[in-house]
Amino acid sequence: MTGDSTLGIVMLCHADLDRAAQLARHWALHDCPVVIHVDARTPQDQADGLSAALADLPDIRFSRRSPCEWGTFGIVQATLDAATLMLAEFPAVSHVMLASGSCLPIRPVHALKAHLAAHPHTDFIESVTTADVGWTVGGLNEERFTLRFPFAWKRQRRLFDGYVALQRALRFRRRLPPGLVPHLGSQWWCLTRPTLQAVLSYPDRPAIDRYFRRVWIPDESYFQSLVRQVSNRIESRSLTLSKFDYQGRPHVFYDDHLHLLRQADAFLARKIWPRADLLYRTFLGPDGDRALAPEPNPGKINRLFAKAVERRLKGRPGLYMQSRFPTRAHGSTRSAAPYGVFSGFAELFDDFQPWLARALDARVHGHLFDFDRVQFAGGESVFKGGLSDSPTLRDYNPRSFLTNLIWNTRGETQCFQFGPADEQAIAPFLASDPNATIFAITGAFAIPLWRSGRSAAEVRAEAARLQKVESEFIAQLNGPEARASIRIWSLAEFVENPAEPLEQLVDALNPRAAHRVSDLPSLIPLQGFGAFLQDLRNQGMAPVLMGDFPADAELAQPHQSLPRPRIVR
Amino acid sequence: MGSALSPLRRLPHACPIGTLDDPPRGLTGALLALRLRRNRQRLLLRAFRRRGQLSALADRTAQIAAGDILGFSCVRNEAHRLPHFLRHHRALGVRHFLFVDNASTDGTAGLLADQPDVSLWHTQGSYKASRFGMDWLTWLLMRHGHGHWCLTLDADELLIYPYWQTRPLPALTDWLEQQGRTSFGALIVDMYPEGPVSQGQVAPEDDPLAHLGWFDAGNYQVQVQPRMRNLWIQGGARARAFFAAEPRKAPTLNKIPLVRWHWRQAYVNSTHALLPARLNEVYATDGGELTSGVLLHTKFLPGITERSAEEKARGEHFGDAAQYAAYYDRLTADPVLHCGASTRYTGWRQMEALGLMSRGGWI
Repeated sequence: MTGDSTLGIVMLCHADLDRAAQLARHWALHDCPVVIHVDARTPQDQADGLSAALADLPDIRFSRRSPCEWGTFGIVQATLDAATLMLAEFPAVSHVMLASGSCLPIRPVHALKAHLAAHPHTDFIESVTTADVGWTVGGLNEERFTLRFPFAWKRQRRLFDGYVALQRALRFRRRLPPGLVPHLGSQWWCLTRPTLQAVLSYPDRPAIDRYFRRVWIPDESYFQSLVRQVSNRIESRSLTLSKFDYQGRPHVFYDDHLHLLRQADAFLARKIWPRADLLYRTFLGPDGDRALAPEPNPGKINRLFAKAVERRLKGRPGLYMQSRFPTRAHGSTRSAAPYGVFSGFAELFDDFQPWLARALDARVHGHLFDFDRVQFAGGESVFKGGLSDSPTLRDYNPRSFLTNLIWNTRGETQCFQFGPADEQAIAPFLASDPNATIFAITGAFAIPLWRSGRSAAEVRAEAARLQKVESEFIAQLNGPEARASIRIWSLAEFVENPAEPLEQLVDALNPRAAHRVSDLPSLIPLQGFGAFLQDLRNQGMAPVLMGDFPADAELAQPHQSLPRPRIVR
Repeated sequence: MGSALSPLRRLPHACPIGTLDDPPRGLTGALLALRLRRNRQRLLLRAFRRRGQLSALADRTAQIAAGDILGFSCVRNEAHRLPHFLRHHRALGVRHFLFVDNASTDGTAGLLADQPDVSLWHTQGSYKASRFGMDWLTWLLMRHGHGHWCLTLDADELLIYPYWQTRPLPALTDWLEQQGRTSFGALIVDMYPEGPVSQGQVAPEDDPLAHLGWFDAGNYQVQVQPRMRNLWIQGGARARAFFAAEPRKAPTLNKIPLVRWHWRQAYVNSTHALLPARLNEVYATDGGELTSGVLLHTKFLPGITERSAEEKARGEHFGDAAQYAAYYDRLTADPVLHCGASTRYTGWRQMEALGLMSRGGWI
């Protein structure tokens, strides 16, 4: 910019006026006239202190103080008054920048001036039609303009919400001033003198102002809508970096954001924490020029803020901790990662666990919910994260035990055995966890009983108990709450052709397995098991979960090789 | 009265993962609110009555300015821990500390009285009869804490929170206020050394974390107690090593140490829970995460074995002292808490990545 055109700063302040004084001095020392508006609600002595602190600077003015309650027209009124004063007092001003007492210039003032000099007729103001904004909060978007908002959102929330609901119920709609197309955008703009002059002397100003007095958050729409009427070159972006959280509250920058702010492509940033000494020292210091980053990287800032919103709103699924504990209504039965639950397999195959670990490239535990001991893989007594093999510790809170186990081993698929002989309290959680893949061979619990060598008479009661427990488990898997992926075979069904189910489970849990499954675990010989079942029947029990198990002698050992070669993927 | 309150009995004692519902409404909600109000008033009255047990040794409370963050602690024989404790929390921005010294014999009182930013009260009263010091602290909070953010800690707790090295406590409290929160939760994480707990040398000025470098990262059991909506988290090294047989008695690890105080508020059970109950909701129930911190627990410094023997003899600790006899015996036997599954502490970002604390929406 040359000597006859200058940048003027309109500064809206309400607290931390020592920082505001520091900022105003910075602008003034860089030949930018400043008009300061101090919120009428700020104590008079603080306002006096500010003017006293800046008394030595000739190009600073104070505009008439009006109350600036958030979301109300007071902020617009303050801006209008200060802008009017700016144009009247400083005829050399060619651009006016609206800033606040916590907007810190993060690039040198001369760079900002050079940018404006390169775009002498452009108005930098974010201005988007209501249909296109995605960032408004509270579902109020177009309704900001068609309803009335006489109540303060922060102080009179109930009245505010009630009045909105009432107007919606009555289908009340305000008429927009003729010709006005509502636009929304960041409060912080930088306008050329002619544009600002045209807004201030807009023919219908009194009617327009009356209308906007009942619009919600008019500071985000008054200038944004009116410039569309008077300007012919709008660049719809703000020169001020200003981020909001998901509830529309401004994010605050701290000392540790210095590096981040250097990568911003904006010229100012808000809000700066008043005690962020390093930021103020760096950007307002004589070396401020060096603060310029060689290459702005605004994408990084946007990603960081998007991630924070996601962390606040969605959290890390499967993590249950001191500041994340979802209620039942918010999908709270979910672990952190997919895992496999196997019922009946270890009973049917002697070497099932090592085979599964090979086939899936996963951590395969034994019966994690065994009554006597938590059977971690490798027989460890303390597992990752400090999980103890004590069954009492586990049973004290089985859901925490399981979600902790899955959380602690993120990145490695977990599998474990589960059966009717185990502690069952976790069963409803397993069934309702969408990350669980459950494979069950019903009736396999009878095999260890049969192999124990005890007579049918001796094990009858135990068999009946296990069958009852397993039936309840199966009922849960088939129940309305079940969200797990579930595959159930009866023992008879399974032994007819074990290869196919085994292939299915490898596909389900490790779809990208690099190596094909070339071997199968060895099925234990079942000769005599049919007779055992018949003995149980003779003892008065009805073994139903095994399915139609062939009556013994003719039971052929199913062949052990895969029926067809698998395609290597 | 008992039958009129019967709807309350239907509320479970504690809700594990996936079983918590929204707070009760209607009759149950109203009865619950009444009962909690009565409890709160009773706690305040107790504290008021016990105020006479405190005698001021150094009263510098006139220094307290509006907006200052205040520290509150009840201590006994902590001269070894206090220099680092004070340094750590001073650096975080605690402007004034209010201590109750419960009959120390190791020079704790002299050490504290010499500090320029400490006010000190002395009492010979029973720790147990004063709700483990909470009656005394409740009185001090009522008298001096009103309108301030107050950090109530034990001398063996070091508070960390997201960005604590670069953002002092006022940054955190400003952020919390902007979020409409007036309480902040932190999880106690038991820190332990690599060898037997009695081994090693840690001078009072040393950072105890250089010696207590290890912790349990993923064995915390979470529940919520629906009456006061407070968390009930147990686990960590102590539950693993000492309470495997009786997990229910394992120490409670959730605390709400940082609260914007109002004289009508009262801690209920240590700083695990307080009233009014809304202050206990330091967790998000919508699936998201709120900002939270960690209290690094420096209990297992070398003096622990003698101290446990003494604590057991004194019988002034939580709950039924006899129940804890076995616990103190095991501590006296100089156990090794470190194991193959232990994690070495590297900082708050690690704690956050492990899911022990969270930045929430704070950037």
